[in-house]
Amino acid sequence: MESIIAMRGIIKRFYIGQPNELEILHGIDLDVAAGEFLSIVGASGSGKSTLMNLIGALDRPTEGSYFLDGEDVGQADDLSLSAIRCKKVGFVFQNFNLIPRTNALKNVELPMMYAGVSPRRRTQRAMELLAMVEMEDRMYHQPNELSGGQKQRVAIARAMANDPAIILADEPTGALDSKTGRLVMDLFHRLNRDQGKTVVLITHNGELAQETSRVVTMRDGMLYEEGC
Amino acid sequence: MGLDLRENVRMALEGLRANKMRALLTMLGIIIGIGSVIGILTVGEGLSANITGEMAALGAQNISVYFQERPDEEDAGNLLSSMTSVWMEEEDGFSDEMLEALQAQYPEQVGPIAVDEGLGSGQVTKGRDYANVYVYGVNENYLPVYNIEIIAGRNLRAQDNEGARNVAVVSDKLVNNIFGGDVQGALGQEVLTNINGETYAYTVVGVYEYTQNAMMSAISTASERDISTELYIPLNTVKRLTGSMIGRYQYLTISSLSTDSQAVASLIQDFLNRYYVNNPDYQVGVMAMETMTDMVSSMMDTLSIAISVIAGISLLVGGIGVMNIMLVSVTERTREIGTRKALGATNGNIRLQFVVESVIICLVGGLIGILMGACLGYFGSYLLGTPSGPTLGSILLAFGFSMAIGVFFGYYPANKAANLDPIEALRYE
Repeated sequence: MESIIAMRGIIKRFYIGQPNELEILHGIDLDVAAGEFLSIVGASGSGKSTLMNLIGALDRPTEGSYFLDGEDVGQADDLSLSAIRCKKVGFVFQNFNLIPRTNALKNVELPMMYAGVSPRRRTQRAMELLAMVEMEDRMYHQPNELSGGQKQRVAIARAMANDPAIILADEPTGALDSKTGRLVMDLFHRLNRDQGKTVVLITHNGELAQETSRVVTMRDGMLYEEGC
Repeated sequence: MGLDLRENVRMALEGLRANKMRALLTMLGIIIGIGSVIGILTVGEGLSANITGEMAALGAQNISVYFQERPDEEDAGNLLSSMTSVWMEEEDGFSDEMLEALQAQYPEQVGPIAVDEGLGSGQVTKGRDYANVYVYGVNENYLPVYNIEIIAGRNLRAQDNEGARNVAVVSDKLVNNIFGGDVQGALGQEVLTNINGETYAYTVVGVYEYTQNAMMSAISTASERDISTELYIPLNTVKRLTGSMIGRYQYLTISSLSTDSQAVASLIQDFLNRYYVNNPDYQVGVMAMETMTDMVSSMMDTLSIAISVIAGISLLVGGIGVMNIMLVSVTERTREIGTRKALGATNGNIRLQFVVESVIICLVGGLIGILMGACLGYFGSYLLGTPSGPTLGSILLAFGFSMAIGVFFGYYPANKAANLDPIEALRYE
């Protein structure tokens, strides 16, 4: 099967060349196939966030190679990284990160604006996406007029805007009660099952991880497949 | 990448609406700066049009001829001293022979010559009615040279002057006060004029149309009824009262027949100076009204520039205020910037967004400033007698300036936002 994420020997160091130089990731290999629903679990301080930043093309590895849907993230400059994030990655954050004073529709349109989609087409697609997450009757509401679960649904619609290669969700239910968290998880399952979307879920909640098709664990900067 | 300007403008306006008070305070410097520039330009424009207009009304082609002190080495070239007229010994004043010779020498250039001598201010009374006047002795050329229009009766004549008759040309305002506005009925009537405790009776032979000097009326506190108007009587009638020498003049106003009145002025100066080559102290000075007009406009321009520089300082301070608030805004919105970057915004997208925001603040401030300046300018020029609005040029200038301030002072904060590390920005609490 074709690999969407292909990581080889990823090492990430911070404060390079300084006395407090720190190696967080010690050589990670990770392959994620198209259509997989992967969860990455790990305690805080395990290097989970650093790995997520690399997967999401927010950062470059110090050593090793990383291809995301055929794009070489390791060698990309800042401009190319922006383009990769724009087209290949759909971020879903724990605290939603909707743009304030900007209604749900405009929030969903935002990634398409950065991708250069025409105003008419992006409004149309944003409406379709909001309908998909059952938020069509709240399109013109500001983020502060939405509940947590509603905000996260808008955020998921926004993540889908440019039809990315992966949905990268960082503790997406962390700020929600269990009932709305359940609805959000169901939405990810639906995207994965119905649209074949590759989903990478970062969580410290083992229970949530168990319902995904594959679980990997971060421990002290190393990645272990479940059961190894 | 999509540089959606309209979207950026919408977001910037949204941001302003969310922080109205802060936006207003930030804009204040820009508002005051732009407002004062527009206000000053408007008032200056109106004032300068007013002054030049009034000078033109007094005869744009007129040349003043007077005596001045012979400049010594120290103040050679000093414009002010060359403009100061001095009094000659009576018998050394300009004579009729000189003026006849001048007109004979330059018949194509030298037009009518007006001479006048003031008698003083007084009051015309009739029963309980009164009218304030300045009494001037003038020759027959005076009213035409100064563009004063006779609306009833006739001008003073040479014979009136020669005979030093007690006749007068009065203003329509005086007719209103004394004769109930009947200009035809006023002709042939006597006006009793009190000057310095003496009463003189003059027969009205003509009525002229009084044009109010707009600037004077703005400054003057006199009521409509109390405004003093000029009452013209023959020059020699005045000279007989004051005892000054008949046929000698200290000051002339010569109407130029050529459009180049400055050239005619120097012809006159050279011609008349021949009579005074042997005078060790004095010489003839000339001043074409045209030169005065030019000087006044250039003075007004200089004044406008000077005040605009001060307004520019206010704009600079305003710009720094905008920069400061933009830096605050960037810090406050660090997470938003991080989110935008995660969603695919390039550094350029973020930079543009914040520059647009800063430009919008400045443009909105500029717009309010233009409105305020226009109101101030209108009010100011209204007080000075010629209500006028700002010119299109000054509005465009103000707009361009506010935009430039927005770009200039917004660039640094915008660049700071653009260069934020997305990971750090997303983690920012």
